[in-house]
Amino acid sequence: MGKDEVILINQSGRGDKDIFTVAAALGIEITDNHINTRSLQAELTAKRDSGRKLLLPYVTAGIVGNWMDCVEAVIEAGADAVEIGIPFSDPAMDGPTIQQASVQALDNGITPHGALSELRTREFAVPLIAMTYFNLVFRYGNERFASDLAAAGCAAAILPDLPFELAGEWHEAAVAHGIENVLLAAPVSSDERLAQLVERTSGFIYTVSTMGTTGERAELDNAASVLSQRVKAISDLPVIIGFGISNPEHAVAAARASDGVIVASALMRTLLDGGSIDQVASQVNAMRVALDEAF
Amino acid sequence: MLEVSSVQRKKMTEPNALGFFGEYGGRYVPEPLVGACQEVEAAFRDAWSDTAFRQEFLDILTNYVGRPSPLTDCVNLSEDLGLRLMLKREDLNHTGSHKINNVIGQALLAKRMGKTHLIAETGAGQHGVATATAAALFGMTCTVYMGEVDIKRQELNVYRMGLLGATVIPASSGSRTLKDAVNEAMRAWVTEVEHTYYCIGTVMGPHPYPWMVRSFHEIIGCEAQRQVVARLGKMPDVAVACVGGGSNAAGLFAGFVDHPEVRLVGVEPAGGAAVGRGVPAVVHGMKAHFLQDEVGQVVEAESISAGLDYPGVGPEHSNLADMGRAEYYPVTDDMVVDAFQVLSKREGIIPALESAHAIAWVIENADDGQG
Repeated sequence: MGKDEVILINQSGRGDKDIFTVAAALGIEITDNHINTRSLQAELTAKRDSGRKLLLPYVTAGIVGNWMDCVEAVIEAGADAVEIGIPFSDPAMDGPTIQQASVQALDNGITPHGALSELRTREFAVPLIAMTYFNLVFRYGNERFASDLAAAGCAAAILPDLPFELAGEWHEAAVAHGIENVLLAAPVSSDERLAQLVERTSGFIYTVSTMGTTGERAELDNAASVLSQRVKAISDLPVIIGFGISNPEHAVAAARASDGVIVASALMRTLLDGGSIDQVASQVNAMRVALDEAF
Repeated sequence: MLEVSSVQRKKMTEPNALGFFGEYGGRYVPEPLVGACQEVEAAFRDAWSDTAFRQEFLDILTNYVGRPSPLTDCVNLSEDLGLRLMLKREDLNHTGSHKINNVIGQALLAKRMGKTHLIAETGAGQHGVATATAAALFGMTCTVYMGEVDIKRQELNVYRMGLLGATVIPASSGSRTLKDAVNEAMRAWVTEVEHTYYCIGTVMGPHPYPWMVRSFHEIIGCEAQRQVVARLGKMPDVAVACVGGGSNAAGLFAGFVDHPEVRLVGVEPAGGAAVGRGVPAVVHGMKAHFLQDEVGQVVEAESISAGLDYPGVGPEHSNLADMGRAEYYPVTDDMVVDAFQVLSKREGIIPALESAHAIAWVIENADDGQG
């Protein structure tokens, strides 16, 4: 082609859709601004108001290679939302089972960004709730973490070591990206503090069922029921009991005084002991059936 | 006999209402522990402003711990190095380290609060031994959490804690060292918070611990300052201390921080240089420098001395470093082992490996000075 020739190209499409692909290929990281539009609180409240007891299983991201299949399996088994644990090296709030699950997942090479990127590739039928420790968010950046949670399809986050007095920046970022911030209430929380917690939490209120850290227990203590009643007296938020629910009997007992239960260590114990995702699903299903029959 | 009036002095700043020294500190704890920390803070504020409490504290430090600890001139080593080296002899305290100062203070506080059980984490075992000692003295029960690796490294101290009536529970998670012992102790505290007092061994953890532990150790710097001035008629040029979590350094620095002519030097293990190589993190209830990977997983520290084998540092040190008021330098394990032998041979004083870090830094920099 010479200098006097005219060349015509058909510019057949605009490249807006490809900028992230190109940025990734060039190693550039773009913080795209994602906003979650799904309301965990609305979904849980509607289900509760229809008479259903809520069941929220927990899965440690990266505990097994196909951990997302486990998320899907517990949803099919009757979960109303799923807690996704993003593992931290020093999970002081968790008991030995979740710590072991975290170590295994970290050994498998999972990172916060990796976990959220994997979640981004699938859609789930129920809302997801990310649970992790504040240092990972602090390093990730509040804003970027909230945005990536939204992109990953998470509707809410639980950061147990970030008390609301110190949550200012995270809270702003979460609100800006439509992420609900779930707070914990403990039997030792004073009435004054409980009122503050109820005002600041969204999604639901997570009541700690024993004074201990997470973990399976033979007996479920009574403190959770008392705490749950105290919350219900001052709020219409869904009240979910966590920490120490390891079988259908526990789930039913805990749900009597509350709107539902979180089950974590008992499921992760199955995977740690070499059990299959199907076994985890049947544990969840047994709880679902027990809850539906009892109420 | 020590008297309250003689050791009251202008302090390193009190943290703000949320427990921050500058940007560092705070109280990053789960909801079940918020109330417990508030209770400890209220009790400490009340006790620390009560002359009777402070007098009881000083009486025990005098008659049980053996304070004031002496100031020793290192005559031979000073001549070798071409400087004047003086040691504040916290090694001569009952139980063999500075740790006892803080423990006596916290155990008295626990008693005042009506608690009957002490729990503690320990690295080298010095803090565990000190806590077990205080528990025995005040008729309390005691559980000490210690990393499995450290239990092997410090078998003697494990036996000592047993003799004093304490139960030692191995921390078998993670790196099985001090940071994991802290995790285990925090877990235990959550479970038993009503009757249990968590006696933290260094200037770390949620507010008010960093401030409180430093306050109980300020006596080190207060005494040292008066002793040096009495002997030399002037302030020292440099005050040096090893830094793991940083309690002995905080205690020493407190005596000199208001005298800008005194350089404050913290010496960290090269494999655990939280100030030197760490970045701000939120771990163990506080915001402070920690060794961590790029996503924020805490990295294990590596040091020959179990007591400095901690990947973080107290928040007040992070702040002193940011302000440029104190300087922090690393020394290697090899330098420490050399310094350990030098002090032993030249002065007849066998230093803890932790303290040998400070000696190593002085030896290295004296050599530099001579070219």
